[in-house]
Amino acid sequence: MRRRPSWPRKLSDVIVKVLAALSALFGLVFLAWILYVVLRHGASALSWKFLTTLPSPPGVGGGGLANAIIGTAAMTLLACVMGVPVGLMAGVYLAEFGRGNRFATLVRFLVNVMMGIPSIIVGLFVYTIMVRPVGHFSGWAGAVSLALLIMPVVARTTEDMLTLVPNSLRESALALGVPHWRSTVQIMFRAAKAGLLTGVLLAVARVSGETAPLLFTALDSPYWPHSLNGPTGNLTVTIFNYAMSPYPNWQQAAWGASFLITAGVLALTIVSRALAREKK
Amino acid sequence: MNSSSAPQSPPAGQLLVKTSVAPHAAPAPSKTKISVRGLDFFYGDHQALYDNNLEIPAGTVTAIIGPSGCGKSTHIRVFNRIYQLYRDQRASGEVRLDGQNILAPGVDLIELRRRVGMIFQKPTPFPLSVYENLAYGIRLHYKVNRSELDGRVEQALRAAALWDEVKDKLHRSGTALSGGQQQRLCIARAIAVEPEVLLMDEPTSAIDPVATARIEELVNELKQQYTIVIVTHNMQQATRISEFTAFFFEGRIIEFGPTIQLFTNPKERKTEEYITGRFG
Repeated sequence: MRRRPSWPRKLSDVIVKVLAALSALFGLVFLAWILYVVLRHGASALSWKFLTTLPSPPGVGGGGLANAIIGTAAMTLLACVMGVPVGLMAGVYLAEFGRGNRFATLVRFLVNVMMGIPSIIVGLFVYTIMVRPVGHFSGWAGAVSLALLIMPVVARTTEDMLTLVPNSLRESALALGVPHWRSTVQIMFRAAKAGLLTGVLLAVARVSGETAPLLFTALDSPYWPHSLNGPTGNLTVTIFNYAMSPYPNWQQAAWGASFLITAGVLALTIVSRALAREKK
Repeated sequence: MNSSSAPQSPPAGQLLVKTSVAPHAAPAPSKTKISVRGLDFFYGDHQALYDNNLEIPAGTVTAIIGPSGCGKSTHIRVFNRIYQLYRDQRASGEVRLDGQNILAPGVDLIELRRRVGMIFQKPTPFPLSVYENLAYGIRLHYKVNRSELDGRVEQALRAAALWDEVKDKLHRSGTALSGGQQQRLCIARAIAVEPEVLLMDEPTSAIDPVATARIEELVNELKQQYTIVIVTHNMQQATRISEFTAFFFEGRIIEFGPTIQLFTNPKERKTEEYITGRFG
């Protein structure tokens, strides 16, 4: 038999490698570019005052976004408190208790649909159930709409991460006489710890940049958020409003807010990466 | 295909024969620990076990041999009802543990699994420290104070011939041990809850020969206290460590009897073909 020449194989190897590298580079360029622009415009807006004071009227210099920072932090935290446990438990149900069960198949389908629902529709939904009936916007409504976005993501990653744990570990815990719920919480969660935390952090990172669901729920407010019963200031809607305004000091503040969000998301991502890597 | 020819109960005389071969090994003619009658098993629509009948004497090592896919593992997975984790698997017939039918409704699975421990093919240490791997099961089933717990952990690790190797790293992760050590840790974990029966599902197939020898020695020591049922692919292993052997083929128990007899003077042609390496 005649041997097949090796040069076509080597050539296609080189071509594929080069194409793959170029594509990776292409993606990275935009990421770096976004970071650069946000950093350049945003960093100069940052100051102690920016972080600690209320917005100033158009044309008047100074002023900060303390209200929006607190509002975003409060609503995101509250959304986690509501969304993470529900998502976690749904994921546990799907991975541990509902295997091969029709109801679980339905729940899984709904979770997937929920993940795909545009966030603006979630905002409208919460508007009709929490804003219209009471007649005013509120931080609570904002937190609920963010929670609705967190829930399916956490449910999905929880299911995936628990499914990744070798079945033999699950069986050996049960074979020792450990009740299923207990082995899930004490053994399986521990085995999947890094993945679960990563899932939660990425879900939080995702919603912390959401604008659309807050437009119809928390709206925005230039005042200190004393409670979440009324319109609540937040960074993303502030960016939306300020960036479109004709006032340079507002535009500058929008860059500052963009920088804060980007830095926050970046920090969360890095933390989640570190956690994922640290697993023993 | 001939039907099962398993004797209902091994004659006492055969036990005595065995005793003369290995004076330290076999206890006095003993009662039946596990009695299997008419056991059928299904994976969904697929039947995996047909009318299995088996009498496993207390305080002995019973080996289960047979070609891949013949139902060896499936059979012992009924003894602790671990198969119930999977919705589509079901068993019918009777499996009596000290006379009590464990397939009957209302059996306390947690207590059953305390009494019937299981060791898996791949070592499955919990993602906990060496100490906690054992303490976890002990605390689950017993009320113990700190010093009792320490004592029991040490006792189980000694019984599993692991104490000397891990006494200085009790609080390191159990998953950091070598494969053979992990498997002995799993054995220690199983015996720490003071079971009566130990099921071993090819416990040495993922482990190197030296570690295998240690585990075989261990099995030899443990049979003083526990009834051991071991599934093995390795016929030499069956002859080295067991008093009784059951040969499975295509979901049926073809032959069951004292190990020496089954390997030196099999009654069934199929058994002879298998042990002489004509198939399998």
